[in-house]
Amino acid sequence: MTTESTAPVIGTLVHPHAPIRSELFVSRTRAAMLFLLPMIVALIVVAGWPLYRTIYFSFTDASLNNLAGAHFVGFRNYLSWVTLKSGKTFYSGVLADPQWWNAVWNTVRFSVLSVLCETVLGMIVALVLNADFPGRGLVRAAILIPWAIPTIVSAKMWGWMLNDQFGIINDLFLRLHLIDHKIAWTATADTAMTAVLVVDIWKTTPFMALLILAGLQMIPKDIYEATEIDGVHPLKTFFFVTLPLVRPALMVAVIFRLLDALRIFDLIYVLTPNSAQTKTMSVAARENLIDFDKFAYGSAESTLLFVLIAIITIVYIWAGRVNLEGGDR
Amino acid sequence: MTGTVNLWALAKRTAFYLLVLAIIVESVFPFYYAILTSFKAGTALFEVNYWPTMIAWDNYIAVFRNGSFPQNLMNSVIVAACTVALSLLFAVTAAYALSRVRFRGRSILLLTILSVSMFPQIAVLAGLFEVIRAFGLFNTLWGLIFSYTIFTLPFTVWVLTTFMRDLPIEIEEAAIVDGAKPWTIITRVFMPLMWPALVTTGLLAFIAAWNEFLFALTFTSSNSTRTVPVAIALLSGASQFEIPWGTIMAASVIVTVPLVVLVLIFQRKIISGLTAGGVKG
Repeated sequence: MTTESTAPVIGTLVHPHAPIRSELFVSRTRAAMLFLLPMIVALIVVAGWPLYRTIYFSFTDASLNNLAGAHFVGFRNYLSWVTLKSGKTFYSGVLADPQWWNAVWNTVRFSVLSVLCETVLGMIVALVLNADFPGRGLVRAAILIPWAIPTIVSAKMWGWMLNDQFGIINDLFLRLHLIDHKIAWTATADTAMTAVLVVDIWKTTPFMALLILAGLQMIPKDIYEATEIDGVHPLKTFFFVTLPLVRPALMVAVIFRLLDALRIFDLIYVLTPNSAQTKTMSVAARENLIDFDKFAYGSAESTLLFVLIAIITIVYIWAGRVNLEGGDR
Repeated sequence: MTGTVNLWALAKRTAFYLLVLAIIVESVFPFYYAILTSFKAGTALFEVNYWPTMIAWDNYIAVFRNGSFPQNLMNSVIVAACTVALSLLFAVTAAYALSRVRFRGRSILLLTILSVSMFPQIAVLAGLFEVIRAFGLFNTLWGLIFSYTIFTLPFTVWVLTTFMRDLPIEIEEAAIVDGAKPWTIITRVFMPLMWPALVTTGLLAFIAAWNEFLFALTFTSSNSTRTVPVAIALLSGASQFEIPWGTIMAASVIVTVPLVVLVLIFQRKIISGLTAGGVKG
């Protein structure tokens, strides 16, 4: 994407200096193939083949205990309909399932809101870390803690803090008179999504901040000296100098977080189990696959999520013109 | 005049340090509160305190007496360590080929590796479930080690490829002139130079494997094969309605402290690895 490599790559016959014999070239290429083999085999076995099978299962009537006896049923898991004599048409399948569309809506809402908040907060933290002040190392160490904590642990920690009877959040908010009665944050329909968002934003803002910081540090310092001499207002400097220059790094960070947010599973599974207000596409798909023994139906849901993420990735790679040449252009 | 300027500067400084303080407190407080809770016992658990009031080891003793937790901890260590070893072995050789040798289809291969890292785990869950059962790996640690390479391998290959690409050409030329074979070049020439990158990617892969939940939840079915995240998620009390918050917090602190220590020691390496993985792919 934004990498600029000036290092020449050897092994190329066309390389101007050092006349490399073709015998050497052949042996190098052969060795390269051999070295790539374990990785390629591993990726086929854990990624390529399973993905193909998931898509295949979505067109069958497979069940958890009878995967081998699956029969092809076409698009029935996605959408099918029967028209009765009375003229009424009944639809079934994932695409006609209100619970699925609820999960899609939850996923989209969660992803957009969390990435938006993380970007703004991540930018603030990155700007703070980019300033030169005593104790900067301490802040950087502190923000790495949420990132290092396992998601399950952070879900449990926050679950305890947000506990309706004994939670410290309710205690704190009551003391500050922000609320007048204790709230069951994770169990109440209105607040469940907020609770999930708060925990996710807490956990992933550091990642965002570090990526933005890396972008900020690439901006030459003399630009800021120039704006200071010209007496440009700091806010103006931010919007007209910093933001445009940090945009490439920011876009990469946003797309990374967005793809990550769209597939969220563990936080929601642990923090708000069985809540219709927070159930995302991944949670719904696993529930059908494993818990409800609707393996084929769950496979169809998994496939739809994959297609959604694939479309976003392709649009991004196309729009961002990612450098896929491995550096030697 | 200078007085007001100084006052204004002072106000700005104060606001800045208040922001810094807020960031630190916000980052650290939940973990601090988990530690504080884990050292409470009995009814003290249900009183809200902002400062430590007691140090009781009851919860820690309970966690280790709770049959499977030591085993779960061991499982997590084994799974994470083997995943790292396996991914680094495959990734170093692959990265050499991808960064140092030009061959047809290389850009397609890099594109494929990049796209695998974008895969939602749920998309392969059904298919992996079948593969793991077919290999007889269901409910074994090998099943987890094997499936975890789906997210550690693309990342390690990508970062090591960008790292190797930037190493100077001369060191390899000298080895080629001396008649060294590619395997010798990797182990003798590149490996000694690559330690920083190996440590960084290894650490990130370790953390990813240590924290993984979906596969661990789906591909294991007994207490003795579960990893720590699943064990913590499924920790339950005497009855369904009695959640053992004390032991959950103690278990959480136990699994998090090693990670936090590692991360703080290797801060710089981790940040450079994260941004390399992020900015470059």
